[in-house]
Formats: sequence, structure tokens, C-alpha cells
Amino acid sequence: METLGIFGIIAGLLYRLWPVWAALIVILVVVRVYGSRLGLFGQLFDSAIGTAGVMICGFWVFTAIFANIIAPLDPRVQVTIMKNAVPGAVDTQTGMAFLLGGDQLARDVFSRVVYGARIVLTIAPAATLIALLVGSSLGLPAGFFGRRIDSVLSFLANLVLAFPVILLFYLLVTPGIMETAIPYAMAGILFIIPIIFFCVLFVTRYSARPALMWTYLALTVVIGFWIYSGLVFNADPLGIISIEPNELNIFVAVVFASSPGVFRIVRGLVMDIITRDYVAAAQTRGESPWYIMLWEILPNARGPLIVDVCLRIGYTTILLGTLGFFGLGMGPESPDWGTAIKDGSKVAQLRLFPWQGVVPAIALMSLVLGLNLLADALREESLKD
Amino acid sequence: MLSFLLRRLGVMLLTMLCLSLVVFFFVNLEPNLKKLAIFQTESRATEQELNNWLERNGYRDNFFIRYGRWIGIAPKQPVRDPSTGQIVPRFRYCDEPTKATFSGVLQGDFGCSTAFRTTVNKKLPAALAATGILMFWVMLIMVPTALVIGVLAGMREGSKLDRSLSVASIASTATPEYVSGVIFTAIFATWLGVLNGSAATALTRGFSFYNFTLPVMTLAIYGIGYIARMTRASMAEVMTAQYIRTARLKGLTFRAVVMRHALRNALIAPFTVIMLQFPWLLTGVVVVESMFNYKGFGYLLVQAAANNDIDLVLSCGLISVVIVLVTQLISDIGYAYLNPRIRVA
Repeated sequence: METLGIFGIIAGLLYRLWPVWAALIVILVVVRVYGSRLGLFGQLFDSAIGTAGVMICGFWVFTAIFANIIAPLDPRVQVTIMKNAVPGAVDTQTGMAFLLGGDQLARDVFSRVVYGARIVLTIAPAATLIALLVGSSLGLPAGFFGRRIDSVLSFLANLVLAFPVILLFYLLVTPGIMETAIPYAMAGILFIIPIIFFCVLFVTRYSARPALMWTYLALTVVIGFWIYSGLVFNADPLGIISIEPNELNIFVAVVFASSPGVFRIVRGLVMDIITRDYVAAAQTRGESPWYIMLWEILPNARGPLIVDVCLRIGYTTILLGTLGFFGLGMGPESPDWGTAIKDGSKVAQLRLFPWQGVVPAIALMSLVLGLNLLADALREESLKD
Repeated sequence: MLSFLLRRLGVMLLTMLCLSLVVFFFVNLEPNLKKLAIFQTESRATEQELNNWLERNGYRDNFFIRYGRWIGIAPKQPVRDPSTGQIVPRFRYCDEPTKATFSGVLQGDFGCSTAFRTTVNKKLPAALAATGILMFWVMLIMVPTALVIGVLAGMREGSKLDRSLSVASIASTATPEYVSGVIFTAIFATWLGVLNGSAATALTRGFSFYNFTLPVMTLAIYGIGYIARMTRASMAEVMTAQYIRTARLKGLTFRAVVMRHALRNALIAPFTVIMLQFPWLLTGVVVVESMFNYKGFGYLLVQAAANNDIDLVLSCGLISVVIVLVTQLISDIGYAYLNPRIRVA
């Protein structure tokens, strides 16, 4: 079997990833031209750390978006003679090179990593976003009202936080649990909170302008329940949003595991911001507590929250990897990175065919590193002013 | 201080009660019980026979009574074989008392492991000891390294040393155990061949640098970055304090200021962080032990969960929850004790 040399592999990778390079160059040019007019995003490029963070995150985002152009093969396709092929091996029949080698089921490692980015970059940000909404919806009243509400909610949050993550996953994401109603009940409760959040958000703001308020409310309810029915009951009337039962299970477990962290941060921020003058001013104006929480406190807590979201997406990526590594939730065919690392990390596999584990490992590490660098640069930015 | 301690202990016990209830509930879900029954009857039993087995062995009793039996505040009833009328243990490989007795976690009886076909009490101590050794070495490597990195970075904020150490610690927090494990094994075991990619021999033929370095290194690397960043932040904050400026203006050398004045105050915050690392390390231990085939607590947990070993999962769950809560308590007390500004009512 023919193999490409190290330069052949690098050239091949550079060529296959062309849509990513093109997109990144467009971003760089836009930043160069418009610079400071882009606000926070433009300022990120002032520091080397920020530039590196944006570039790494951008790399994976565009890889996920253009996955079907970049990947030469379907992640599930098996080419029998390429079983455990070394990186750069060329399939003599089709002349196609397996740039990063083949795995033990004769699939292209490169294509699988590229498609894996798609899975990770859909679930991790979405789960983080829901966790953020759930955590804020509970953290705001806990920090604002204090007393009994705070004690109860904090106790519950500490309960979840005291649960070792791995045990939580083993209990929540087993195949058996999908026969029970538990994941659906949890999804039902967790996903209704964002809908309530947005309803309260619009009611408190636009109660003086009923026409606007009802439009927003109707939109929230329609869109909210459309997504809700798709996710929780897997019964989207339009058939656009659908989720496999095991994916829902993973999603719920990850949201459940990371919401208490957001809760704690939001609660702490609220307790700090509540002492400011503009909150006192709003109270004097006679604004309702929820208006103050959602329209006075929350926007002023955005700095630390944005940083936390960046870190948390990284952490969620790590959690997803952990799930994959233990073979929980994801199907065995799934190209996500955790599953790939699990398959490649068996002692014998790693000794003979190290690339099968190393390639997805480096992919996961670089994405989390990019997010952490981004978070660090954002924190520096927010400390500046 | 005493009332603070008592209140904390009270909350801790309540948390433990709630969490053990939750774990008990999840482990005893219908699909798990059914799997257990299928496994134990070891034949193509009908639905009715499975139900009979569960009924006979007390799995159909009230949830709270079963929980009480497990805890040890309700008596465990002996099981009687319906055909012979004799008392038989629920599982062949575990003896059970022939009379109704209080025999639960409080009495030190953790139940019977169906995966390893022995009592949990025989399996757990050895595994915990093995993990203890691993943890000891990880702490020994992780804590000093992280503190040194953090202090060096935080001592002159914004310097070149600070920047490079900070990026290094960010990189280490971006590397979970399953990633560093794979990369280290590929480099040190596959490519260079200087270390063993499996730690299975560590428990049977003794610990050595060759078989034990990779697991320790893998576990330590994820924590180092986090503790170092906390230490850096705390050190940087201390270095801007008034008394440091006073000490500098007094004419003390930079070295003396750092060693005598800054260090002690800067190490309060990292102490709590190190204590709160334990829950994270627990996940890491599970990953590392299953990756390197080291038969400790994490390995046991994975085996128990994968084989639907109800009593063993419960015991492992209980132990991990206790570890997490005790370290939280120590971190709270230690923080209050170390920091003179926090007064405990």
C-alpha cells in the first residue's frame, strides 16, 4: 500500500480544510478593515491570546459548518483494506488518501474527527445556553430575595454539585433509564424554564405597551413550544427538530450537571449588583422585582457571564467527552470525539495504532484550549474598563 | 465556632441523606431490578418467574423500608425458599443471617456484589487503599508544582514569565484526563517506550517508576493548571496590597517580600481550591483507573455500574458522596481558620 510522506499529509490537510482557511481569512480581513468599530469582538484581536482564542474557536466552528465539504468520506463508511491504516495511506483502488489513518473498523479518522466537531459544537453550546437560562432563572430570585428562597435553592444546587459527575452520568445516562419516564420528566422541567424566562422578560418590559407585549409573548410561546415538542416529546409537527432518545438523555444530563454552577455565579453576581444605586433608583420608581432582576441586574452581570459561558462550553465539551469515553449515551457508531478516544485508548490499540486515539484527543484539547483562551482574553478586556 | 461546626455537620448529614436516597432510587429503578432478576435466575425465565424472584427477595417491598434496610434502621428479613421452606441467602456467594437483623451500612454491612460474587466488604477496602496510594502521589506532585507555578506567575503580574506560565496553565486546564492519558501514553509508552502504558502490574508486582508514572502524571496535569491559576490570582492580589508596598519601601529585597510577607497570605485561597479539587479528582480517578487498568475504587465503580451490581454501586456512590462532603467541610473550616478576616459566629 502506498503512503504519503509527512509533507504529503500536511499538504493534503491544508487542501481539504480550504473552506475553513477562507472563512478565517475573511474574518481577519474584516477585523483589519473595521477594527475598533466591531466593539468587543474587534478588541479581542488586540492581544495575542485573544487572537489565538478566536482563531482556534473559529477553526472548529467552520470545520463543523463545512464538515460535508471538508470530509472526504462519510464518517460511517468502512473501506475494508484501510483497517488500521497508517496516516497518509492511499487506497489503491480509488486513489483516495486516509490523511490521518484508518481506525479499527476501517473508517477514515480525519472524516470522523471533522464530523465529530459537528456533534460537539451543536450539543455543547446548546446545552450551555439552556444551563445558562436555567441557572439565571433560579439564581436571580435566590440572590434578589434571599432568605427562604435562597436557602432552599442553594441547598438544591449544592446537592447536585456534591454529586460526583461520573456517578451522576452513570445513574442518568444508562440504557435502562430510557425505558422509564425520568429523562422526559427532567427534560420537560428543564426546557420549560427558558420559555417561562422569556415570557417574564417580555411581560415585565412591555406591560405598558400591550400590543408589543402580546406579539412577543405569542412569538415566544409558539417558537418555544415548537422546539419543546420537538425536544421533549420528539413530536415536532413540522418534523424539523428531532432528537434521538439517547441524545436527549445526554443533553439533559449535561444541562442538569452544569446548571447549578451557573446558579451559583448568578446568585453571587446579583448579591453584588443589588447594592448599586441604579437598583435603588429602580426600586424607588416602583418597578416590580422581576423587572429589576431581568432588566437592571442581568444586563449589568453580562461581563462575568460571557466569560463563564466561554469556559462552560469548554467544560461541557469535556463532559461530553467523558460520556463518550465511558460509552454512555452516544451510539457506538457515533463519530463524536469522546467515543473515538475511548476506542483508540485501549492499551493494545494505543500501542500499535496511536493515531486513532491521539487525533480526536488533540481535537478536543485544542477546542477547549481555544475556548479557555477566549475566556481569558474576554476577562482581560472586561477588567480594562 | 462550635455552633458553626454543628450547623455545617447538620447540613452535611441532610445532604448525605438526600443524595443517598437519590442514588438508592436510581439504582433500584425497574429496568435495573429486572436485569438483576434475569441475571440471577440464569435461565429464560418468564415475566412471572422474574416477578416471583423479586418478590421473594424483598425487592417489591416498600421503597422506604428497603432504603431503611440498606441503611440499617429496618431489619433485614431472611429469605425462605418456597419449595423447601429452608432459609437461603439471596445470593449464593454471600452469607446472610438466618434471623431478622439490623444489618445495613450503619452496622458496616455494605451488601453483596453480584459482579464479583463476594461481599462488598471484601472488595472495597483493597480498592480504596489502591486509590489512596494513587491520590497520595498525585497530591504530592500536583500541589507543590501548582503552587510554585502560581506564585512565580503572580509575583510579577504581566511579566513575560507570568504570560507564559499562564498560557501553560490554561493549556493544562484544557486537557482532561482522557486526553492527556492518550497523548502521554502515545509519547512515553508507544513512541519512546520509557514508561508502561498499563498500571495493572503496580498492584500485583509492586509500584515502580515504570508502571506508575503515567497514571499519576495524567491525573495531576488537569488539576495543576486550575490550582496554579487560583494561586496566581490570589498572589497577584496580595502583591498589590498596601503592606507589600510598605515592605518594599522599607528597603526589603523583592525576594524577602515575596517569601516572608506575600506567600503566607497568598496561600489561603488555594487551600480551599485544593480541597475542592477532590470531587474533580474523583472523576479523574475513574477515567485514569479504567484507562490504565489500575484496580482501584474508580475501576470498581465502572465495573459495578456496567454490570448492574446494585449494592456495589450504592456503596461506591455513598463513599464518593462522603468524600466530597467531608472535603467541602474541611475546606470551609480551614478557610475560616486560616483567614483572620472571617469570623465565625
